[in-house]
Amino acid sequence: MDPIIILQAGVATGTVLLFATLGEVLAERSGVLNLGVEGMMLIGAMTAFSATIATGNPWIGVLAAMIVAGLLSQIHAFISITLQADQVVSGLALTLVGAGISLVLGEGLSKAGTVSLMPNFSIPLLSLIPILGPIFFTNQSVLVYIGYLLTPLAWYYINHTRPGLHLRAVGEYPSAADALGINVFRLRYAYVFVGGMLAGLGGASISLAVAPGWFSELTTGGQGWIAVGLVIFAQWDPIRAAIGSYAFGALRRLILDIQGPLTLLGFDNPFYYNSYLGFFLQMIPYAFTVIVLVIGSRESIRKRLGAPAALGVPYIRGERGK
Amino acid sequence: MAESALTKKRTGWRVKLEPRLDEPTGKESLLISLGAVVVALILGGVVIAVVGGNPFASYLHIARAAFGNIGVLSDTIVKATPIILTALACTIAFRMKLWNIGAEGQFIMGAWGASAIVLAPVLAPESPRWMFIPLMALAGMGMGALWGLVPGYLKAKFNVNEIISSLMLNYIAVSWVNYWIFGVWSEGGFQMSPKFPVNASLPRLSDYAETIPFFRGLTTHAGLIFGILAAIALWYIVYRSRWGYEIRLIGDNPHAAKYAGVNIVKNTILVMALSGALAGLGGMSEVSGVIRRLQTAPINAGYGFTGIIVAWLAKLNPLAIIVVSILFGALILAGREIQPSGIPKMIQGIILVCLIASDFLLRYRVRFVKGEEE
Repeated sequence: MDPIIILQAGVATGTVLLFATLGEVLAERSGVLNLGVEGMMLIGAMTAFSATIATGNPWIGVLAAMIVAGLLSQIHAFISITLQADQVVSGLALTLVGAGISLVLGEGLSKAGTVSLMPNFSIPLLSLIPILGPIFFTNQSVLVYIGYLLTPLAWYYINHTRPGLHLRAVGEYPSAADALGINVFRLRYAYVFVGGMLAGLGGASISLAVAPGWFSELTTGGQGWIAVGLVIFAQWDPIRAAIGSYAFGALRRLILDIQGPLTLLGFDNPFYYNSYLGFFLQMIPYAFTVIVLVIGSRESIRKRLGAPAALGVPYIRGERGK
Repeated sequence: MAESALTKKRTGWRVKLEPRLDEPTGKESLLISLGAVVVALILGGVVIAVVGGNPFASYLHIARAAFGNIGVLSDTIVKATPIILTALACTIAFRMKLWNIGAEGQFIMGAWGASAIVLAPVLAPESPRWMFIPLMALAGMGMGALWGLVPGYLKAKFNVNEIISSLMLNYIAVSWVNYWIFGVWSEGGFQMSPKFPVNASLPRLSDYAETIPFFRGLTTHAGLIFGILAAIALWYIVYRSRWGYEIRLIGDNPHAAKYAGVNIVKNTILVMALSGALAGLGGMSEVSGVIRRLQTAPINAGYGFTGIIVAWLAKLNPLAIIVVSILFGALILAGREIQPSGIPKMIQGIILVCLIASDFLLRYRVRFVKGEEE
């Protein structure tokens, strides 16, 4: 129950959620709600693992995962952007399809044994900083460091660049963006693709770093849905998405570690003596997601912040209103 | 000369999309749905062929293993029974555009609630069936309703996205049932409860084989009656009652409903609770009619998710759900023996994708027209 170790592991496992959440932030900022994150993560995890087995190179695995998950996301893009169907049902269908295809193609992969994983390393100098060094910069996967770079980059891109401005315009007021000559349809396709790639990267981070291997649907265990929830908590902001993701990662590690010691705050540790209570600990991340949603929803009402105005609404050229 | 004019005419054909001004007829809508399913089966066949299977053999196997004789037909109906109830649960919520995708968890909690009557025990094992069955059904519906009420309440009061909250409750339900199976009701350390007494089980057709020999070996149980009665009741509520009108109005146009004085907060909570109760009844029917004990794997088999697809394919019509459920029951029953084991799930997903894509044809008319682009 060393807090440093819990936080260090939290950053490592939270990186999975971070990629998926960042991807969903970008897709939703463009106005497309994609509930297929869980399916895209599954197909990413499966692709990464099997491509690494085939080639022996985890980098190729990661790349393949991002491409395949990105391509899968285009099903949702086509149905919701071009065919203007309900985005909720379409995203749900994408999760079912992604899960189904990964189960079929991943058959037998669970017995494949070990593969070469993404490398872990420490950052010189930065790892010497007290407390922060061991948590963030010591013996982390290269994917974790990619996450550190990606978060501020996404924030800067969305808020301070011209393409980012276009992205926000398309999500907030697509008909105005269209009138300014921004191709609403093409941008939405692109950001759904980027969202899919990042969800695939999240899946690859599971199967090639955090919990190596392929365990059918248990590989993701609902993390795609937690990511969708985190987007609301994050108020569509990459920095808050990172904070939320790492906090969730730490929570998952805490749940594992809390069952270890004989005493807890001076009392007999009930989770040590009655291992069945562990089932209640397993509920915590999911219950916490609901609580986080309540906090996020209340805050957005109070601060009058909230979802991109055109989120979930198909853009139809020539229709009245937004 | 004549020939070139002909080719010019042919190249002049193009696809034109026109928004439909009228509702498509029932026949058109049925044809489009059927077409979507056929396309989905072809796409699924392609994937099966890619992973080295024989799609024709797989589909033929499904048909034979699900409808080949009266025995397997009965098993198909057994698989369809829980799907009818979860699909009804999704239907009533989707009518109001409440995306309850927690039918899976509500189903599991219903199974737990019904089991608690036997295992807690609330009733002594030798209690008569007429006490057991209604009490178990009530407990199952109660727990399901509670599991639907939570996301409904959070949606109504705090505007919490019900998709994610109802889905999170699925995972919590699995852990909850696991705790009871492993920690409290375990039979000799196994991951299941002891078997229910006979009176806590829904009667099967085979129970009457002594009087009617034809029923020998048929597993269809009384849960089917629950499903059919619930479908009829829901049909009446949706299409014939004032409440159903309010639900449809909120679903189609929440602003109009609000101005018409419909209480959206109250209806959100009520509909989610009713939705959960229906799924919970499905869980009760499954533990009491099929498994006859509490065990995680067979109740956590994805009936809640299949219910979503069935509801959509049935165009949210409660009576059509019965027919569609039987087809999906067949897919699940026969799919158990097909390798790789993910195929039924994948086909279900592809069917849903094709269905949603095909909805486009309900809103637009595709015309092949002659002439140049204007």
